[in-house]
Amino acid sequence: MSKQRLGQTPSQTVGPFFHFGLPYEGDSNLIVGDAQGQRIVMEGRVTDGNGEPVPDVMIEIWQANAAGKYDHPEDTQAKPIDPGFHGFGRCATDKDGIFRFQTVKPGAVPGPGNSLQAPHLVTFVFGRGMLKQLLTRIYFEDEAHNANDPILGLVPEARRGTLIAHKTAPATYKLDIVLQGEGETVFFDY
Amino acid sequence: MADVIGYNREEKGAQPPSLYLPYKSTEFRAPKQPLVILPHTLSEVTGPVYGHGKVLPIDADLTRQHAGEPQGERIIVSGKLLDENGRPVPNTLVEVWQCNAAGRYIHARDQHPAPLDPNFSGAGRVVTDAEGNYKFTTIKPGAYPWRNHPNAWRPAHIHFSLFGPSFINRLVTQMYFPGDPLFAFDPIYQGIPDVKARERMVSRFDMDSTIPEWALGYKFDIVLRGRNATPMED
Repeated sequence: MSKQRLGQTPSQTVGPFFHFGLPYEGDSNLIVGDAQGQRIVMEGRVTDGNGEPVPDVMIEIWQANAAGKYDHPEDTQAKPIDPGFHGFGRCATDKDGIFRFQTVKPGAVPGPGNSLQAPHLVTFVFGRGMLKQLLTRIYFEDEAHNANDPILGLVPEARRGTLIAHKTAPATYKLDIVLQGEGETVFFDY
Repeated sequence: MADVIGYNREEKGAQPPSLYLPYKSTEFRAPKQPLVILPHTLSEVTGPVYGHGKVLPIDADLTRQHAGEPQGERIIVSGKLLDENGRPVPNTLVEVWQCNAAGRYIHARDQHPAPLDPNFSGAGRVVTDAEGNYKFTTIKPGAYPWRNHPNAWRPAHIHFSLFGPSFINRLVTQMYFPGDPLFAFDPIYQGIPDVKARERMVSRFDMDSTIPEWALGYKFDIVLRGRNATPMED
């Protein structure tokens, strides 16, 4: 009956030498013009199972705009697209394992059923020593709706904090990504 | 909004584990805690489909990015981007990068004592057409040594980065060349459990896309995840 499915192409590591190969307009700055909403810096440090900084991974984020609208045809909400903002950013960690994005704080977006998801950044980590990318999310500590977020609700309570960025300055949030070990970041099977 | 339609999960055996000890640097970079199973929400089934910046024709010809001709064997790599349901993936960004014919990356951290080529950078971009096709011209990359284990060599490969219709489709992979004797010794290639699935990363020589007296053709089709339920068609 059903047509034979084609097999997925396997994932392979991005390797250590991706920097020259993956230039992206805007790169870690998602603001392309007069973006609506609160401009923020989202930064953090990536460490490995030895607690050492990881200087050669690439972080990518995808997020809604300040109104909670994704710039994508499948987001059919009656909310405005923001021409001053595109929701995708890419950042290689520096020699100290630091990543830093300039973006806007996203709005809440619809979740499964009639739920609402608290503002968050969908986050991929690619790197040498990673045969496939890891998926995580970055939430914001100053959002009351975190308590009702349907995805945070799936995460064991003791580990939820690994997904929640702290406000370290009026417009700066920080979340470290721990690939392995003590305080290991929650990664998703997607 | 109505509930979203999710995508298929990773195909067991076709995707690598995070921890694969023959590939040494996975040891301290693989999570040890169980992954949390994520339902696909609007956040995952959307993704950057616009605003990839200006992609120029020259970006798809890695042999013409400098004043002179690069060293090595000129090749044309082309193929189709599809999903598991066999549907073409149109208008999506394909990014490629590679070392030169001598096995040396232009990257500052590549210490392999093989010559750089002033006429070759090794990075390209192309957007798939309405039928999911892509094509670029380049130089066949060389094999190169690395320090994973004694006498470790990577088989010749071209890195590919794909987007597709949603962020969930995001795929970074490597394209290999047919019959490479290094496959048996490469823990990155061997990191794919299913032997048949590994072969999906190997391009095939293609006489039809070979241009006489100019360049050999290789075909490499890429399959991204498909929708796990598709609307009825009439």
